Amino acid sequence: MTTMTLGKALNSGLRRALDADPKVLLCGEDIGKLGGVFRITEGLQKDFGEHRVIDSPLAESGIIGTSIGMALRGYRPVIEIQFDGFVFPGFDQIVTQLAKFHFRSHGRSRMPVVIRIPFGGGIGAIEHHSESPEAYFSHTPGLKVVACSTAQDAYWMIQQAIASDDPVIFLEPKRRYHEKSEVDTERVPMALHQAAVRRHGSDITLLTYGPMVKTCLEAATIAAEEGTSIEVVDLRTLSPMDMVTIFESVRRTKRAVVVHEAQRSFAVGAELSARLTEELFYVMESPVLRVTAYDTPYPMSRVESEYLPSVDRILGTVDDSLAY
Amino acid sequence: MALDGANDGMVQLLTPEGQLVEHPDFSYQVDDAEAREWLRQMVLGRRFDIEGTALQRQGEIGLWPPLLGQEASQVGAAAAVHPKDMVFPTYREHAIALSLGVEPAEMLSLWRGTRVGDWDSEVRRFGLYTMVIGAQTLHATGYAMGLQLDGMVGNPEPDRNAAVLAFHGDGASSQGDVNEAYVFAASYSAPVVFFCQNNQWAISEPITRQSKIPLYQRARGFGFPGIRVDGNDVFAVKAVTEWAMERARQGQGPAFIEAFTYRMGAHTTSDDPSKYRLAAETEHWKLKDPIERVIAFLRRRNAVDDGFFTQLDQEADDFGAAVRDACKQLTEPDMSEIFDMVYAEQTPWLNQQAEEYASYAESFDVESGSHS
Ligand SMILES: Cc1ncc(C[n+]2csc(CCOP(=O)(O)OP(=O)(O)O)c2C)c(N)n1
Ligand SMILES: [Mg+2]
Repeated sequence: MTTMTLGKALNSGLRRALDADPKVLLCGEDIGKLGGVFRITEGLQKDFGEHRVIDSPLAESGIIGTSIGMALRGYRPVIEIQFDGFVFPGFDQIVTQLAKFHFRSHGRSRMPVVIRIPFGGGIGAIEHHSESPEAYFSHTPGLKVVACSTAQDAYWMIQQAIASDDPVIFLEPKRRYHEKSEVDTERVPMALHQAAVRRHGSDITLLTYGPMVKTCLEAATIAAEEGTSIEVVDLRTLSPMDMVTIFESVRRTKRAVVVHEAQRSFAVGAELSARLTEELFYVMESPVLRVTAYDTPYPMSRVESEYLPSVDRILGTVDDSLAY
Repeated sequence: MALDGANDGMVQLLTPEGQLVEHPDFSYQVDDAEAREWLRQMVLGRRFDIEGTALQRQGEIGLWPPLLGQEASQVGAAAAVHPKDMVFPTYREHAIALSLGVEPAEMLSLWRGTRVGDWDSEVRRFGLYTMVIGAQTLHATGYAMGLQLDGMVGNPEPDRNAAVLAFHGDGASSQGDVNEAYVFAASYSAPVVFFCQNNQWAISEPITRQSKIPLYQRARGFGFPGIRVDGNDVFAVKAVTEWAMERARQGQGPAFIEAFTYRMGAHTTSDDPSKYRLAAETEHWKLKDPIERVIAFLRRRNAVDDGFFTQLDQEADDFGAAVRDACKQLTEPDMSEIFDMVYAEQTPWLNQQAEEYASYAESFDVESGSHS
């Protein structure tokens, strides 16, 4: 076991993937000498060369489109998008090309492309630097979407995503990059598309992912002092979703609240609510409630702490669910 | 291949030493009062920028992208903008913004996180800052097409005409949007001038990552003239921009200006250029300072005396103090505002969320006596 920041764990995971397979390439803006604006690729160009850690021209559609071509040649490109809000110039290539290649070729062409996106808010940034775009990608058949929340997951999930023969949107909670936790670099802890119960509880289940895992754990600690036992499930994978773990938890607690930074409408919470209703309608004691951002564009940073789900809002909604 | 601005037919009218030079196509009609005014605008632009960086260091704003070194490009371009023209900036155009009358507070609120877009772009003739690289070039082109449809191009009376000045960076020249803007502009002969500040860097990537030929040469392939100008020479930038804008106003279509300059500072206050470029390069460009050459020019002509500089220093100090004050006095936003900002016609669903938020905030106030 070693202790690492989430950012360093990603760096180490990428390094190990580059070491393990010469077909793995990293591409993105400023990822070479600079090591990326968050320094996630720091030192990798120096050690693996400019042909494997590639500073790309400033064009996201170009980065993703050329990665598709490289994948057709048997490479495994790992793309860094600089900030969540800048993935959209590449959206067409992701949604109409990358996501559909396997289908369009009757399964002959594989697209082992990983698109790393630092996502979410809470860092006091200007516009387009705090977005949560996961619903767009989760809605798109052909893409897999995962989100890490701990250093351990960052280390292993990035390697698993790279090993995947399907395209993976890999969401990194940028506000947690500097948080440290234990990493076991010896043993693969779990499969990529599995949810993890981060805290066991019996009264209610919080379903969350990425940056909100920590916030939910804080809420659960406070609730415990007041006698409420909250279970926290870290989804880890949004597409596909691990319904076995989710149903097992909610079947026990009979109540669920979904927490995410993304806006409320047509989002992960809506999908979970639908699936839980379809499967556990008779078991549940209250409707699935959601704690999310409001349905506005991400606002000026001075109000972001009120815009984003907070411990208070989570506990308020937990109370609503329990009182139902 | 080295893209050295000294070659490649770069238009320069004032050398770094402050000597006027002849150019076959462009010239500067010496006007001391005008030159002093441009110097003043560059000095205030630089001062604003220094204050911006300092305010970020003091935690008063979250981020600042310095314009240091690009004063002549922006002030020279501003001098060629007429009242009916329209400018579409990136996020680094603080000096032209000031020259066009945008208030410092209106700019700082974005970086402080109290407002998203603070100035009225129709009034200021200056679009909102655009963070998504290159997006504004298409808006600029569409705006120009609108001017054309409105009959504001090619009239015999010059003041009925207008054109658009679209800023973008060297890095942005790689974006699809920017290349599509060139295609649309050419296809419709839209009255838009693309003003590319080639400051040699896109964060850590040198211009050679984006282009194997000088950027201005690309314009020809799209079907309009491209020209490289010494971006640290305010006289040349003014002359070239005026030429391009006037052509556009008269209906001769788009043009591309590559203002060859240098980003003297970090990309933003979050950036550390020592990771990717040599200090010697910056030192080299220091010798081409846009402000020093105008000072040398005016001094040589005895068009300024010490009193002028004392006064200018004083004005800059006063301005700096006013900028700091304006920043600290920016009003804190109220979360409830954001629900009304989304649509022209409010939706019931969002209205419900606004009410939900209001009662939440209120309950919180009641419980704890405060919230922040
Ligand atoms: C679509 C998009 N991708 C990436 C970014 C991140 N980013 C911000 S500025 C920048 C470099 C821009 O370089 P350039 O166009 O030369 O302008 P400069 O910053 O030098 O003025 C990058 C990559 C962005 N803002 N938008
Ligand atoms: Mg640049």
